[in-house]
This record gives sequence, C-alpha cells and structure tokens, in this order.
Amino acid sequence: MRLTCPICGARDRREFYYQGDAVALDRPAPGAGVQAWDDYVHLRDNPAGPRRELWHHEAGCGAWLVVERNTTTHEVHGVTLAMAVAEARR
Amino acid sequence: MKFSGLRVLKEGLTGNVGWTPHWRDPEPKPEYDVLIIGGGGHGLSTAYYLAKNHGMTNVAVLEKGYIGGGNIGRNTTIVRANYFLPGNSEFYSHSLKLWEGLEEDLNYNVMHSQRGIINLFHSDGQRDAFVRRGNAMVNQGDDAILLDREGVRAHLPYLDFENTRFPIYGGLYHPRGGTARHDAVAWGYARGADMRGVDLLQNCEVTGIDIENGTVRGVQTTRGAIRAKKVGIVVAGRSSQVAAMAGMRLPIESHVLQAFVTEGLKPCIDHVVTFGMGHFYISQSDKGGLVFGGDLDFYASYASRGNLPTAEHVMEAGMTLMPMIGKAKLLRSWGGIMDMTPDGSPIIDKTDTEGLFIDCGWCYGGFKAVPASGYAFAHLMATGQLHETAAAFRLDRFRTGRGILDEEGTGSQHNLH
Repeated sequence: MRLTCPICGARDRREFYYQGDAVALDRPAPGAGVQAWDDYVHLRDNPAGPRRELWHHEAGCGAWLVVERNTTTHEVHGVTLAMAVAEARR
Repeated sequence: MKFSGLRVLKEGLTGNVGWTPHWRDPEPKPEYDVLIIGGGGHGLSTAYYLAKNHGMTNVAVLEKGYIGGGNIGRNTTIVRANYFLPGNSEFYSHSLKLWEGLEEDLNYNVMHSQRGIINLFHSDGQRDAFVRRGNAMVNQGDDAILLDREGVRAHLPYLDFENTRFPIYGGLYHPRGGTARHDAVAWGYARGADMRGVDLLQNCEVTGIDIENGTVRGVQTTRGAIRAKKVGIVVAGRSSQVAAMAGMRLPIESHVLQAFVTEGLKPCIDHVVTFGMGHFYISQSDKGGLVFGGDLDFYASYASRGNLPTAEHVMEAGMTLMPMIGKAKLLRSWGGIMDMTPDGSPIIDKTDTEGLFIDCGWCYGGFKAVPASGYAFAHLMATGQLHETAAAFRLDRFRTGRGILDEEGTGSQHNLH
C-alpha cells in the first residue's frame, strides 16, 4: 500500500502513521455533552468500503493527511492535506 | 453418533462407511425462541451452552457462509489464561478450565495441547512487569513460573542467546497454556449444539433486524424472515455492520491481523514462544508447520489480507529470536478481521433494544475465549443477568469511563491496541 502525499509524492506505507477515522477533524465543543464526546472519541461507523481517514506523514514532511481509502480493497482514492480540509470549512 | 476408541477401531475394520454428517442441514423455521447471528466459535459455543446449561433448544444459529469459515478458522490457535486485570483475569481463567474439560464435554477431539507458553523478557523493566503479571495469574489460581536465562535455555535451547541487542533475560512460563485445533473447536460445538436440537442455518445472511417499539421481533435473512424473542449478535469483525441494522454505532474499528505458516517440519518447537522485543509469536502444529504471527497492520481493513511491512517485521523478529527457522519455506499467509475496541477488551452485554444482545470486541484474542464467551453470553441471554466471570465487559464503559479494561496500559483510544 502506498499513499501519495500532496507534498512529497507517492511514498511507502511505512512512512505514515495511521491515526484513525477522519472524525478526528470534527472535535466537539468542550461543553457539547457526553454523547457528542462518546461519538467523537469511541463510536465509529467502521464501514466496509470507502472511508475517510487521518494519516500522519511522520517519516516524511510531517503533514496530517485526509486519505480516502477503501477498507475492503485497500485502494486509495485520494489524499488531501488535513489543513486544507480544515481551512475549507472555515 | 458417539465417538470412542472402539468406534474408530470398528469403522477402521469395516471400511469407514458408518460415519455420518456431524450436523443436520435444516430448513429455517418461521420462529425460534433465540437467534444467534454468526456461526463462528463464539456463536456456536453460545448456542451449545444455551442448550446444555439452560435447556433452551428452540434456537437457530444464522451463518452467512459456512460453519467454521470465519475467524475460528483463521487464527493461531493459542489457548492461555495469563491476563492481569481483575475483570479479564477471572474470565480467561474460567475459559481455560472449560478448555480442560472440553473434549470430554463435547465428545470431540479438539486436540487441546497444554504444551506451555513462554513469554520472553529482555530487560529488567520487562522482568518486573512479568513478575507482576505472574503474581496476578497465581492469585487468580492459574499457573505461572518465572524462568531465568538458564531456565529458558533448558526449555528453548535453539534461541539466539548470543544476541547482544535483544539479550534474553528470562521468561514467564505458563504450563497450562497451549494450543487447540481451531476447526475442530467449531465442529465440536456445532455438533454438540445440533445434537441438542439447535438448527445451524448456513448460507443464511442476516440483512435486517426487525424492531418494534424498542423490542426485537426477529430478523430478515437471505433465506426469509425469521421471528424470535431474543437475538444475539456474535459476528466479530462484521459487528459494526450488523449492529447498524439495529441503529447502533459501536466502539469498534475492524483491523487486519496477519498470520503465517511454513511447510511441515519435523518437531522442533515444543511450546508457544513469544518474543518480548518485537511482534512475533510461534508454535508448531501437529502437521509440522510453524504457525506464527505478529501485531496488527494498524489500519482499518476488511480485506482479510495484509501488506508487506508487517510481514517483513514479523519475519525479521522471528529471525532475530530463532535463526534456526530461516531456511523453512513459508507456505501460506492470511489475515483475519479483528473487531478492535478502544481498550482492547471485549463486550458481552445487553443493548438498548429489548431482547437484543451483543458479544463482540474480541480484538486479536478471541480464540481462547470461545468457551467462556459462549458460556457467559448464553447465561446473559437466558437469564437476563451478567455472568459473574464476564460482568466487566460492559458496552457503556467507554462512554462513562467506568471499568475500562486496558490490559496493556496504553490508554483507551482507537489505534492504541
């Protein structure tokens, strides 16, 4: 499995750290309540198929990446900078 | 059909024509008292103990593929009771006791082999941690012996004791640990459940769960609708998909765990051995293949296969520990789908839907738990009460933060176990 980092290009999976579901970009407000925080920290859709994930190019440029990947085939459909995703929401 | 030495002799002398199928292939009935979704090890043992311990025989097991085709046939067959935390410790202790009586109970040879497990340690800190774990095991009533370097050498003379980077300081020896023939465990429980009247419905995929006013009424399947008063979800790596049919999101992420087997060799590894400085554990099957594995690939996956980096790491760790296996040819590798929870411990509990129960989150340790998981889940489904050995495996522990079972002490968060 290889990921194409928008900054560094196509790199081996070994260079990347897998953080988890891209839900990590949707941090609730501190006072959002127990259910919102449970949804954020613990509960997962865990789909068998396309999914958005957060990866860290830890042995490369250090960027956080949003990776669209299929969990049943390991196909990677797209990699974008997490910073760009976050800024587009502002 | 009862198995015995006499029967084997008789069949051997009369052309082996008297053996019959181990279980029936029944048509689904329109209604059962209990439905178990998932015909793997845990589902089959649940059905078996519902019938045996609670007299509930109007039960069906719904399996989307065939019996024994999932993780019960894709693991590294290790059976042990070397857990540390209260909550886990008594559960796995109970499971090992069930294993020790399983063949007689099932009248089935599951090839349970208590060959002993040796967890190696390679530093003073690791030694202290294993002393603590060993004491917890002894306090639970199980067995643990601390071996020094020479003690390890007496058992495992083939290890690389000259390795300067990862010196072997000793090992924690768990003599009652060992292995079992994984397929036979599924077949034995399936046969035992079937003999007591449980219907095993294969090629029967659940496509929906019927819920009315917060109470479960039955399920939709590829072989038609089936009504039931109680439904248990026991589907391991696919837990999130089945739970979603009941409107639930689970604290689970499915990951791939790889395992490997070599060509058959003459007996050389008598125990289960784990390396303490890399992800590698190994045993030898009765056919002679070296069966070994490591850690997760560490990304979500339903692919039932992994990638090269983890395979390489496992081989490198194996070669570091026991260079003698270097010329063995790798025969096969495979991956299982692990239902990982944030704290690395399982869930056996009711759900918010009346009559709907769930047994999941076995992470990479489900095989040894098959007897006690079925035992406790059957108890919960039959009586509505948590079994005393599995009272800590609550579904809501992540939300409340109460009773987190973080055996590795790394934190309760996805991707840490």
